[in-house]
Amino acid sequence: MTDLKPSTVTPRTKALAINPLKASQPLGATLACLGIRQSIPLLHGSQGCSAFAKVFLVQHFREPIPLQTTAMDQVSTVMGGDDSIIEALETLCTKSSPALILVTTTGLTETQGSDVRRVISQFRLDYPQFAATRIVPLNTPDFKGCLETGFARAVEAMIDSLVAPSETAAARPQQLNLLASSSLTPADIELLKSWVEAFGFTPIVLPDLSDSLGHLVDLDFSPLTLGGTPVSAFDQIGNSAATLVIGRSLFKAGQLLQERTGVHSHRFDHLMGMHACDQFIQCLHRLSGKPVPAFIERQRAQLQDAMVDTHFQLGLAPVAVAADPELLGALCEWLTLMGARVVAGVTPIATRKLAELPCNQIKVGDLADLEQLATAGGAELLIGNTHLVDCAERLGIPLLRAGFPQYDHYGAHRRCWIGYGGSAQTLFDIANLRLHSDPHRIATYHSYLSQKRDTPLTDAEHAQHGGAR
Amino acid sequence: MKQKQIAELLNEPGCDHNDKSKSGCARPKPGASAGGCAFDGAQIALLPIADVAHIVHGPIACAGNSWDNRGTRSSGPTLYRLGMTTDLTEQDVIMGRGEKRLFHAIKQALDDYRPAAVFVYNTCVPAMIGDDIEAVCRAASERWGTPVVPVDGAGFYGSKNLGNRIAGEAMLKYVIGTADKAPKPVHPAGIPVYDVNLIGEYNIAGELWNVLPLFDELGLRVLCTLSGDARFHEVQSMHQAEVNMMVCSKAMVNVARKLKNEYGTPWFEGSFYGVRDTSQALRDFAAQIDDPDLIQRTEQVIAREEARLDRALEPWRRQLTGKRVLLYTGGVKSWSVVSALQDLGMEVVATGTKKSTEEDKARIKELMGDAAVMLDGGNARQLLDKVAEYHADMLIAGGRNLYTALKARLPFLDINQEREFGYAGYVGMEELARQLTMSLSNPVWQQVRTPAPWLNSPQTTRAS
Repeated sequence: MTDLKPSTVTPRTKALAINPLKASQPLGATLACLGIRQSIPLLHGSQGCSAFAKVFLVQHFREPIPLQTTAMDQVSTVMGGDDSIIEALETLCTKSSPALILVTTTGLTETQGSDVRRVISQFRLDYPQFAATRIVPLNTPDFKGCLETGFARAVEAMIDSLVAPSETAAARPQQLNLLASSSLTPADIELLKSWVEAFGFTPIVLPDLSDSLGHLVDLDFSPLTLGGTPVSAFDQIGNSAATLVIGRSLFKAGQLLQERTGVHSHRFDHLMGMHACDQFIQCLHRLSGKPVPAFIERQRAQLQDAMVDTHFQLGLAPVAVAADPELLGALCEWLTLMGARVVAGVTPIATRKLAELPCNQIKVGDLADLEQLATAGGAELLIGNTHLVDCAERLGIPLLRAGFPQYDHYGAHRRCWIGYGGSAQTLFDIANLRLHSDPHRIATYHSYLSQKRDTPLTDAEHAQHGGAR
Repeated sequence: MKQKQIAELLNEPGCDHNDKSKSGCARPKPGASAGGCAFDGAQIALLPIADVAHIVHGPIACAGNSWDNRGTRSSGPTLYRLGMTTDLTEQDVIMGRGEKRLFHAIKQALDDYRPAAVFVYNTCVPAMIGDDIEAVCRAASERWGTPVVPVDGAGFYGSKNLGNRIAGEAMLKYVIGTADKAPKPVHPAGIPVYDVNLIGEYNIAGELWNVLPLFDELGLRVLCTLSGDARFHEVQSMHQAEVNMMVCSKAMVNVARKLKNEYGTPWFEGSFYGVRDTSQALRDFAAQIDDPDLIQRTEQVIAREEARLDRALEPWRRQLTGKRVLLYTGGVKSWSVVSALQDLGMEVVATGTKKSTEEDKARIKELMGDAAVMLDGGNARQLLDKVAEYHADMLIAGGRNLYTALKARLPFLDINQEREFGYAGYVGMEELARQLTMSLSNPVWQQVRTPAPWLNSPQTTRAS
């Protein structure tokens, strides 16, 4: 029943993208920066570049999002934007002395050919009084990659700029590095930390969105991020016993960290489903030499219970998924292991892993593509962001919201998708959606030869009265 | 777009403050700016035209990060809700294939969706690499016989406000005056029908429908709203209205002014926020049309609606009277909302005037007195400080400041475009009162301001 045949991957073919799934690289980089304490991302572009990214993140997280712009105008676009970067850096440093500024380029400034690195060096020379603020440059053109790659590149850039070469791996044997990708929610990271701590480790999470997004704090306002990984952690990161990389998109960042510090990387594509979680717990068990805590074993047993309970709804269920590559991969693998069939997958950019995924058809494209593939494949459930609401309505099938953005829905960032508990929650949600939509209900038949004399019920009345089972 | 054309748009003769520095059009400061770009302004001004395919020509950030997130509603077609973009790739930029991709994209939109027209929005990258979107639109239009309209408002041209004007300019240049209006319908009550336009009304959350029934009752046919719930043909026939009303500040005042210059259509500025302003707007229509019978019928409708609303607001007023509000919004709302809040018995302790014109400021003084506190700009920190300084009970501002207020455990009402509730007209006032009361008197504020009990107990110390 489990069809693990690898998928066919179709590249983008249309001139016009309809209902884009893709969000831009600078937006992903911004998100990564939000996981660093006392930091602020600076988008080198026109005001709209940051305004759109800000609204996007504000609506998803329901949080104020610190983000600034170099506010490129006609003159600086034509004559060069170096002064705009300098002016923005000076303003930010003077006003709020951030611990870190992540300077990311955009489509505008990449087309212009702005040399951000050189300008930052110049700023360092001209403004020695701001030496305490770390400044990380990053190239993220809008016309390449997507949210996931922008996030990953930001993590790489921070490691590259802030981690000094060292040979002190495991100098702090109780310390572990966690590289957490864009497919993890703050609630996911919270769970990871509790697991790592349960084995006696102190985690350094990079970036730590669980500490910066999603709670009220004593301070009423800050122009910078309120929590997250402290910049000082980058000096300690080379002393850890190991690095656990969660998310394929961060493998390169893990590699870079290992080359820089000698701290060994353990890689995990994702943490959805029993098998993936087992590998992760086994890794922590080995690294710590400690027994697996009883509460984790209980969680595992609870997941197994959820799996047998819900397999009636998940088995053979045709599902269509739209998400950035890593999340798409995680969902494809976990649902396939539950006997579901991912009949269509759409993702904004091509990656090598896509061809290995257990999915009938993967298209690099947009949500109009997903609609088409979902229809052709007879999908009975959609998984993807808020933009799929209309599509689900047109197809008459339920939607499970996942990925970015989710602005018509509360608690997207508080939802845990990973671990034994998060994996079970996904099963419950899908099972409930299917239970309530009831795709295989037999249509009422009125025999035209019958001698019954009652008025046939309308569809609406059926839904009301006939639903009693 | 040439620098000269941009300068002309900024020098709008319809604005009274032209001899002074342009408070609404100042150059943004790097590292200390909020707000959108010209593309943002152009797009939001026209996107509500429901039967048009709106194509954003640029890399993914412009459309991908922003589509489908405004509360504007249509009574018919839903084409405008589709996000369409050429999603330019690195190869397109390097090899200069943007124009070709755009041309094919227009064809795809025409083939797949049969729109009444296609609007093409320029963005920074194609503007920089020199894509001639006007030529592409002209060629596409000639080739396939459907109007294809270029809206050249790349982000770096300037502010959101400038983008609004660029959008208005595109309508004047390519759309308005290209078709005749439908013949006047016969009014069921046998009264004469007059044709009017609402310029700068976006039908956020469907709030236009709060006032439209009154227009119908009075025999005022809204030929076109630019652009809430509009159709392409309605925009084409805008030149044949008898009166124009500028609804939302002066963002598209160029449209009203040029319609007056070219077609002699009189216009006035007004608002549907608050009882006084709604009544005034209806009176202004009647006065401009100058039909004694219409004037009399308008007064009857106003008297009836005000009396009904007065009764409906009574229970809310008891809870809201004397509550202090800090209002931070822009343009026309800096005064129109003031009067709405005053109608509810609330006290506006200060109002934001960052995007207001000199005329807007004069109106504020009329309402709040000469000592009115005007906030000319302000970041989140300054806003919260002002709230404390003036002992405001709540902050009313745009969605941008929503979570700033909530993080500071402060009641908040969203007054800008992204909101989910419509406050226009007499009916909208009830909703406004309900929302204000719901937030101000909500029991959550007390709870979230209460520290954990163990923090006060002397035996325990806080874990680090």
